[in-house]
Order: sequence, then C-alpha cells, then structure tokens
Amino acid sequence: MKRIVGIVLVGLGIASVLAAGSLSITGAGATFPYPMYSKWFDVYHKENPTVEINYQSIGSGGGIKQITEGTVDFGATDGPMNDDQLKTFQDKHGCAVLHFPTVLGAVVPTYNLPGVTASLNFTPQALAGIYLGKVTKWNDPLIAGANQGTSLPADDIIVVHRAESSGTTYVWTDFLSKVSEEWKTQVGKATAVKWPVGLGGQGNEGVTGTVKNTPDSIGYVELIYAESNKIPYGNVGNAAGVFVKASLAGVTAAAAGAAKAMPDDFRVSITNAPGKEAYPISSFTWLLIPARISDAAKRDALKNFLSWMLADGQNYAEALSYARLPKEVVAKEKKALAQIQ
Amino acid sequence: MATTTTTVPGAGPLAGSRSFLSRLRDGDEIARLGTFLFAASVVLITILLVYELWQGSALPRHQFGFSFFRTSVWDPVFDQFGALPFIYGTLVTSALALLIAVPLGVGAAIFLAELAPLRVSDTLEFFIDLLAAIPSVIYGLLGIFIVVPLMRRVIQPQLKHYLGFLPLFQGPAFGLGFLTAGVVLAIMIIPYIISVSREILLSVPRDQREAALALGATRWESTWKVVVPFARSGIFGSVFLALARALGETMAVTMVIGNTPVISASLLSPGDSIASVIASQFKEATGELYTQSLIELGLVLFLLTFILNGLARIMIVVTSKRGTGLGQA
Repeated sequence: MKRIVGIVLVGLGIASVLAAGSLSITGAGATFPYPMYSKWFDVYHKENPTVEINYQSIGSGGGIKQITEGTVDFGATDGPMNDDQLKTFQDKHGCAVLHFPTVLGAVVPTYNLPGVTASLNFTPQALAGIYLGKVTKWNDPLIAGANQGTSLPADDIIVVHRAESSGTTYVWTDFLSKVSEEWKTQVGKATAVKWPVGLGGQGNEGVTGTVKNTPDSIGYVELIYAESNKIPYGNVGNAAGVFVKASLAGVTAAAAGAAKAMPDDFRVSITNAPGKEAYPISSFTWLLIPARISDAAKRDALKNFLSWMLADGQNYAEALSYARLPKEVVAKEKKALAQIQ
Repeated sequence: MATTTTTVPGAGPLAGSRSFLSRLRDGDEIARLGTFLFAASVVLITILLVYELWQGSALPRHQFGFSFFRTSVWDPVFDQFGALPFIYGTLVTSALALLIAVPLGVGAAIFLAELAPLRVSDTLEFFIDLLAAIPSVIYGLLGIFIVVPLMRRVIQPQLKHYLGFLPLFQGPAFGLGFLTAGVVLAIMIIPYIISVSREILLSVPRDQREAALALGATRWESTWKVVVPFARSGIFGSVFLALARALGETMAVTMVIGNTPVISASLLSPGDSIASVIASQFKEATGELYTQSLIELGLVLFLLTFILNGLARIMIVVTSKRGTGLGQA
C-alpha cells in the first residue's frame, strides 16, 4: 500500500508539474449512485488534494456512450454493458473495459390505495401481470391471494412507469424478465421499453408525484428515493417465496447469494436472487474503467481511488442508504485491480 | 412580428459613390462586412443544423424510410421506431394551446392597448414580460401541482359528465394527458401573444381611430372594425411566434403529458410529443438505431416548424394584400 501511495505521489508530482497543480479525472454516467459518488469524490479529494475527480450524472446510457467514445476517463452504469457494447469498445480502443461494482441499490413498488393502510405483498407474477396489463383490478386473485385479510377495492389499476430511459427501469424490467416468460419475450429488459400499459412519469419524482396524485395507481422508484421521501412501498416475493420489504440488509443478502457465483467480469444481475432474506429487485451499480490507461498518473490515481473506495469508501454507504458490497466481492475486485494497466 | 426596415442616414447611394478604400478607412466597409457575416451566420446555422440532423439520422432513414412517419410503434428493445404518435401529440397539444390562448391573449391585448389607461397598461405589461421570462420547468411544476390535480378532480369529470358523448372526452380521467399539456402550453404562450399584439395595436396610427370615430363609430366599433383588422397581420405574427414556442416546448410538456406514445381521439388520454420524447430518452438512449431515430424525430420537428412557419408567411402576405397589415405601421 505504502509503495502504491509512493508511486502515486511520484506520479502525481510529475503530473502536478505538468498540469500546474492538480490531476483532474473526469467521469460520467449513472444518476442513481450520484449522491454516493459525489460524497466519495469529495472526501477523497480532501484526503488527496492533488487529485480531483469530476463526475457528471448524465445517466447510465450516457456513461456507456461516453466511455466508449473516450471522452471521459471512466464511466458509470446501473445496467452492465452487453456483449455488443463490450465488443464495440474493444474494437475501438484495442483493450477491454472493466466493470467494478461500487455499491448496491434496490427498486421498490409504491402505490396509492385510499383506505388500505397495510403494507401490501406483491408476488412476482402479480407485478408482471400488472405491468403487462393482464391484472387490471386491485382485487384480482393474484394480488388478493397474497394479501389475506386486507380488503382490496374492485377498482382499475393505474400503472405508472418512468417516461425517460433510466437504470431504475433496467433493474425493474430485468426482474420482470426473470420472473415472467411473457414479459421477457414481449417487452424485454432495457433502460427504456415499449410499455404495454401505463402513464409515464419524468424521473423518480415524476413517478412519485403521479402515484401520490392518482388514487389506485402503482409505480416503482429507487429504495433511496422512497426512503428519503417517506413514500410507502410494498413487499415483494423473492425466489424462496418469502415476501421481503426492501432494506439495506435485504439488498446485501441478495448480493451475498450472488457473490459466490460472481463471474470474473462482475457483470451479474442479482434480481430474483436466491436466499430467504434476499430482496429480489436489487442491483449492483458499476464503474466502467478501461483496461489500458496510457497516462500513468491517471492510471495510478484511478487505481488508488478504487482501492480506497473498496476499503474506507464503503463505510460511507449506509449513511446515504446504499448497501455496501459483500466482503467476497470486495476481495475479488481488489484482485481485479491488477487488470488495469 | 414588428419587422421594420430602417435606413441609415449616410448609407445608400452616397456610400456607393465613394471609393472602396475610403469606405474601408471610414469603417463603412468593415461595418458592412461585419454585419453581413452576422446576418449570414443565421443561414449558416440553419444549414448546419439540417445537415447534422440529416447526417445523424441516416440509419433510421434507410431502415424505415417513409414508414417512420406512418408507424406508431416505439420499441427500444426490439428496435422498432415510428414517429406518428409524437407528431400527433405535438400537433394536438399545440392546436389546443392556440385554441385557448389566442382568444384570451388577443382579447387581453385589445384591452391593454385600446381600453385601459396607459398606466394600467404599462404596469400589466411589466407583469406580462415577467411571465414570458419564467423558465418552462416552472410552468411544468405549476402543471403538476395545480393543473393536473384540478383536471383530475374537477375539470375532466365535469367534461366527461356533460360532454362525455363526444369521443373527445372519453376514457379515465388521469389528470395527465393532451388536454392538460394544451392548457399548460396555453398558459405559457399567452404572455407572448399579449405582449406582441399589444405593441402592434399601439402602433396603429392614431388617425385610423380618429377617422372611424369621426364617421360615428363607437369606441368598440373603431377598435374591432378598424384597429384590429389594421393590425391583423401583426397579430398573426404574434400567434405564430407563440405556436413556434408551443411546438418546441419540452420540459413543461413532458411533465404533464403522460409520456405514452399513443394516438387517441380522447383529449383526456395520455400522449407524448416530439420535443418531450427527445428530452426524455436521448440522454440514455443506447444503440445507434435508437439514438438516430430520436435525431430523426428532431428533423421531423424541424420540418414541422418549417412548414407551419411557411404557412404563416403565406397567411401574412395574403392578409397584407387585402390592404391591411403592418407594411405601413
């Protein structure tokens, strides 16, 4: 560690002479981890005054686009890059692009049912049915069956989804694709899809606003957003058949299940994860780093930041309602750092 | 709009008779070249814009051709893109906005220009200019927090109750949709119509009014039958300026239209517009065809604006020929 720091300091020394002061690293991408990242970059800058990391939260798609075009030093995304995108990057830059999980988040179903105070249970089939437009009434047996004792109205369900492309939608549709064959073949998973039914809300706040204002509606938002805005949300049935209310513990449990089978490139979906405590609509969020960085100062600074993020950085996660990485994943990522050359 | 051709004293025939060098030394030639370049940049930017939009949308133009305008599927997962619901939404919301804003705006302008005391008129003009300068996202918030709940709870149920037999007012009352977007747009463009129309009406020569009054017309007759027709083409100008804003409005629309690409006869249905979908989806659009289809939508919007502006010009020319208009004002 000392040696790395030493090398970095020497590197930074040279760079600072060249760049008259400090080393500036730019990144762009996902909006979901933005509060976490800005906290990290701020704390890191205070500890390492010579390194300044600028991050623009332009969305996951934008992050993938910009790192592929080489206009930023690193990207960030809520949905891993697909094989085509990896190949495009490889063809263009002659090296691979690496995924580094940073923290975890979850997506929760939120609803507005006047008169219903109990926290509703949603089976995966019920959620898929609602978003496919097949389950149209709140008292449909698919919903009522999981909520014995709660009297549900016979009203039409008003479905709300994100209007713009978003990582949240990716996680949501990824989950629905895993639990419903019909969803997989008809709609699929992506940051934006052709919704069979529903109204589009702009951003988490748009979805929340529409759900709050519209009786009998259902929508989905990020857990952090629901927590910080005190929005009620439902429990979701997981792969073990248990209804779980989203929480940091549930998200970490989902990640722990996946950690054992973590592929070497970290591109893994942990929706519908096994385990009784696992919350099924959870996801990693990733930093995208090119495997070859020709600027030595930048390379060392980025690597140094990543190892800081995996160690000290993780301690800031819970305060901001993000779930920290499981130990196994941290260990694996530390090894993967060597791939950056 | 009040386009005035001003002739600079000293320019013109006299300037032409001097030698190029002396004009260069006096700065005339430099000023001419400089201002010419500024004027040319307008054309240049337009050409560049069209070129970029055209180049950037090569993929969907080849793949979909004209069916891009006819199909109404917008599916980023299976790479199927059609512009029809967005064109429809843009036209419907803009038309609704004009329908509401033109009578209100022109009426208010007539009051301010002809009937109100000058001090009242000037004070109100200050507020109108203020309204015109408010960012559209603020109007969007106004839409979400005030117009949408009002629509859902009061206006749309009433419309359904009394006019529900019309296909225009059927379906569930979400609060979001074409009608709400139209109303919010109308609120946004009214200041433009009032402000420009008022200026036009004020610039109608005084003798026109006096002649009408001398012939025995009442105050209202002189306003409605003489002053307003005289200013007609200018008022048209203000309406088309407002239309241009309505067509291209992004944030306020995307916040209240419901963002669902459907074509529905019902004004209560959620929909989507061209500018709104570009704003929503461009930043995270992954895949070439998807991104380029959004760029082609930009081209379509440009085309739409171009056509409507052309129609506006023709309309102004036609009405001017009838002996009214701004030519003299």
